[in-house]
Amino acid sequence: MASESSTIPTSVHPSGKQIDWVRALIYVILIVGALASALPFLYMIMTSFKTYGDIINNNFWPWPPFGDEALQWQNYPDAINNVGFDKAWQVPLVVRYFANSIIVTVLGVVGILLTSIFAAYALAQMNLPGKNIIFILILATLMIPPDLTLVPKVVMMFNFGWYNAYPALIIPFLASVFSIFLLRQFFMQIPKDLFDAALIDGAGHLRYLFTIVLPLSKPAVVTTALLNFIWSWDSFKWPLLVTRDSNMRVVAVGLQQFMASEGGTKVQLLMAFATLVVVPVLVFYFITQKYFKEGVITTGIKG
Amino acid sequence: MTSQVTPVPLSATRWRAPSARRWRRVQEIGLGYLLLAPALIVLVVFDFFPIFFGAFISTCDWKPAAAIGAETVLERWLGPCVKFVGFDNYVRAFNDPQMWQSLLVTATYALISIPIQLGLALFFAYLLFQNVRGKEIFRVVFFLPYITSSVASAAVWSFLYNPDKGLINNFLITIGVMNPEKVWKWLGEPTGIFTLMARGTGVTLPEWLGGPSLALLAVIFYTTWVFLGYDMTLFLAGLGNIPGELYDAAKVDGASGWKLFRHITFPLLSPTTFFILIITVIGIFKAFNHIYVMTQGGPGNATTTTSIYIFQQLYQYNRYGYSAALSFILFIVILALTIIQNRVAGSRVVYD
Repeated sequence: MASESSTIPTSVHPSGKQIDWVRALIYVILIVGALASALPFLYMIMTSFKTYGDIINNNFWPWPPFGDEALQWQNYPDAINNVGFDKAWQVPLVVRYFANSIIVTVLGVVGILLTSIFAAYALAQMNLPGKNIIFILILATLMIPPDLTLVPKVVMMFNFGWYNAYPALIIPFLASVFSIFLLRQFFMQIPKDLFDAALIDGAGHLRYLFTIVLPLSKPAVVTTALLNFIWSWDSFKWPLLVTRDSNMRVVAVGLQQFMASEGGTKVQLLMAFATLVVVPVLVFYFITQKYFKEGVITTGIKG
Repeated sequence: MTSQVTPVPLSATRWRAPSARRWRRVQEIGLGYLLLAPALIVLVVFDFFPIFFGAFISTCDWKPAAAIGAETVLERWLGPCVKFVGFDNYVRAFNDPQMWQSLLVTATYALISIPIQLGLALFFAYLLFQNVRGKEIFRVVFFLPYITSSVASAAVWSFLYNPDKGLINNFLITIGVMNPEKVWKWLGEPTGIFTLMARGTGVTLPEWLGGPSLALLAVIFYTTWVFLGYDMTLFLAGLGNIPGELYDAAKVDGASGWKLFRHITFPLLSPTTFFILIITVIGIFKAFNHIYVMTQGGPGNATTTTSIYIFQQLYQYNRYGYSAALSFILFIVILALTIIQNRVAGSRVVYD
């Protein structure tokens, strides 16, 4: 790292090269930026292992070698027990929140993948009358700000009888224009000759889609799944609006409600809860991060 | 036109020789629409229909169906419109100082965040572009805030901003910038930033010179932190698309450093910049989660953006009609801004 070389008093690097002060400065700035990006997460995890006393006394590092406290692992079970208990399922509410989020996310992502793959295939590879008009209509929904349809959609949930139930959290989101668009772009790159060849072998559209198009499009499908997973896990406003009972909340709503009611005096428990919400996504992200980069660059999506 | 160039299997021709090709074509079209149907149905029911239904609700004094004891289908869909009020909800909105205040907050939020966010992102992208070692590691770390649950990260930042226990004030006190007796309240501070700074020197500023509230600035810092890595990734991709020969040619002509950036990088990057500008504006208009978690629109209405205001009218006061009218007004504002943006900024974009 060039930033280390800047601590060497002479202006000549051991390798004999002149020290590049500009490069050293670049590294310093980048490291400061990276620290700023990561520090809130580190601080969240640190705080989740502190006592409330440490927090009031602004004790930054109460553990050895600077202090003599142990890591407060107890904060995690305490946080889970403090949030409440779900009588319906006989589990702590936090467990129910996670179950709700997983149900909503998994069904939502699988559903979006199915509807988007089918629609994208029809738009990219099939010769249909009115195809272009349909595609323009689909893209036009991007012009609709989510706030515009908020009130009528809530009323619809009441009228469908979906309020405070899973369908309200899943069904309205089963089509994703971004996903259709991303997959269509990818499917269009597959040469038509391939389909003609498959047809001679006796394959129809569906078999061609599942045995040739999808395996070829694995990166695009994985990217679509990952991005939708992240957005679905993050959803907060809609679940807050269309659920009433505490055992129908998703993790984001549960976390916010706990923060609003007890976050001021139980900071360490709030941070433990937040860590539980964040860490699985972080681990997931580190494993799959190259797909995210591709997805962001291809679609320029802002969640 | 796959059906015309492919030979029809013999077995099919034997069954319906004259219309086999047409039959296959009908089948293909039917299958195509069938594949499109699930996505289209969801989009029509949950995106297009609500626009018209929302327009209807906005002309009503609307009570929830449960409150009026509606039972039949018709009663549930039309009955809650207990009174048709025409444009009353819109007139009320135009006379509502809180609506104007919320638009002002949204505009302030946008005008401060956009230059900070885009400027910093371009700055860091440019640094990372200088053949830095460990570029990927930096990129992954910068991207972390964008990927995490916004409610969780906003909860963490609320704690960082805490006046007494938060890391930010502790740090500022430790390095001697902040007086421990007069700590800043960050998210809890509706006073303008210039007023606060002037107070430190004993000057009292008139209210109109107070500047944006510290609470709003705190929200803006958080937003910048979240989107920096995202914008940077897009800028990096844009920088990578600029052909290296252009730089070589300019260097031969004696250009260097700032001149290279000003006359080559910046203009050639303008499509990327314009694109990021558009999605940033969209993001600001729908910003909700972090504001609601950190301040719920407060203190007072210092951070009540229009999106927050629409939500409050619906969620806290059950004013369906008014909330729907507000959302249409916001839509018109966004539409107008998009058109202006395309005219003004779009005309300065250099394509190749």
